[in-house]
Amino acid sequence: MPDSLIVLDKVNKWFGGLHALRDINLSVKAGEVVVVAGPSGSGKSTMCRTINRLETIDNGTIFVNGEPLPAEGRELAKLRSEVAMVFQQFNLFSHLNILDNVALGPMKVRRQPKAEAHQQARDLLVRVGIGDQAEKYPAQLSGGQQQRAAIARALAMRPKAILFDEPTSALDPEMVNEVLEVMTQLARDGMTMLVVTHEMGFARRVAHRVVFMDTGQIVEEAPPEAFFTNPQTERARDFLGKILK
Amino acid sequence: MNELIGALPILLHAFVTTLELTFLAALTSLVVGIIAAAMRVSPVPPLRWAVSVYVRFVRNTPLTIVFFITVFGLPQVGINFSFFAFALLALTLYTGTFVAETLRAGIQAIPIGQIEAARATGLTFIQVLRYVVLPQALRSVVPPLASVFIALFKNTSIASAFGVAEAIGTMTNMVNVHSTIVLWVMGATAIIYIAFALLFGRAFAWLERKALIVR
Ligand SMILES: Nc1ncnc2c1ncn2[C@@H]1O[C@H](COP(=O)(O)OP(=O)(O)O)[C@@H](O)[C@H]1O
Ligand SMILES: [Mg+2]
Repeated sequence: MPDSLIVLDKVNKWFGGLHALRDINLSVKAGEVVVVAGPSGSGKSTMCRTINRLETIDNGTIFVNGEPLPAEGRELAKLRSEVAMVFQQFNLFSHLNILDNVALGPMKVRRQPKAEAHQQARDLLVRVGIGDQAEKYPAQLSGGQQQRAAIARALAMRPKAILFDEPTSALDPEMVNEVLEVMTQLARDGMTMLVVTHEMGFARRVAHRVVFMDTGQIVEEAPPEAFFTNPQTERARDFLGKILK
Repeated sequence: MNELIGALPILLHAFVTTLELTFLAALTSLVVGIIAAAMRVSPVPPLRWAVSVYVRFVRNTPLTIVFFITVFGLPQVGINFSFFAFALLALTLYTGTFVAETLRAGIQAIPIGQIEAARATGLTFIQVLRYVVLPQALRSVVPPLASVFIALFKNTSIASAFGVAEAIGTMTNMVNVHSTIVLWVMGATAIIYIAFALLFGRAFAWLERKALIVR
């Protein structure tokens, strides 16, 4: 898989006695958008988090850009800066305004001069549609605006890929679309994205592939149209039946 | 009464030493406390153990004994400072443990997601501490830190027993000389302590308003 940006090869992870990831094989090519779906507790977040090593794995190998994940230290920090992450809870830094939230990584990790980092941050905030919120603090923004700020923060690192872990699940329904629109635009611009989501409309429109997980395993993997119209397993049919109601 | 008024300047002058000791020890114990708290949350187990031992031992030892060990113990191994420097060291070691514990509580109150976001951005452990964890932890612990430093202010009086001419030492000398106005001298000393402590309280309340983080 020479053109794969992210590869998980027979990855296993236990939480104590709980086998949270079972022989996970997955590869994501540059420019590809992969949606991960599955019932709650099936290991979607855990899989996402192993890719930039917020969770360690017990065996198997994860490659990013052809290199196995380094152990804790400078190398890992560098890799993390290339695979950005967007969280369900936004996780903006509460003591910094939105501009500084976006500019912190480029300034401290990439050593960009302040003026340049701030200019880039302003441009990105405009791009995600909150250019007028730069001086506000996270708590002063709506959930949708906070999540768009978090996406700007991820983009500021000029990552090779972005991992999204249920980016719209904590949002009020009327704010889901503004975030999905930003993500759709990113996908159109060619960003490599691994997206854990239950937004099946988004998956249909944007994803190149849907990965369905259950009890720590990848049960099914198919293009969205095939997955939605003709799921191969009972578990996927069950899941779709519940979610598409 | 005249005797008291005559004694006041000397007393006030002694408070300069008390304040010096307080401010210097506040500064050094803040540094020690920050380093200790950082070590305590570090991914390196020996650093965590070292701090845990330091905090448990020193925090639970009476301050007078910490003074004894520094003032009489260190010269035994060839380390000699002035009484003032020994007092500063003892107060720093002791107060540092309280600062460390207070900060640890502040660090634990930070949502774990923010720390993960910082790590996911590629910040190193030290950078996460410096730019995300400590700024928030320090702000959230301003009120309990105020108590720690007011306790420090009063604890400087223990230095009097070890040869530092701060307020309490000077008061004791005065009481011996002016035996007729013992209560007046003590009362005046207490009032000056209270006045300064209230002033510190005010300063910290102001700092607390400045440091407030909207969540
Ligand atoms: N830090 C943890 N410690 C113990 N168990 C965990 C931890 N994180 C997740 N789990 C368990 O691992 C399983 C998979 O969790 P998760 O990846 O969060 O699922 P999903 O994101 O698909 O809902 C669940 O059973 C969950 O309870
Ligand atoms: Mg999850």
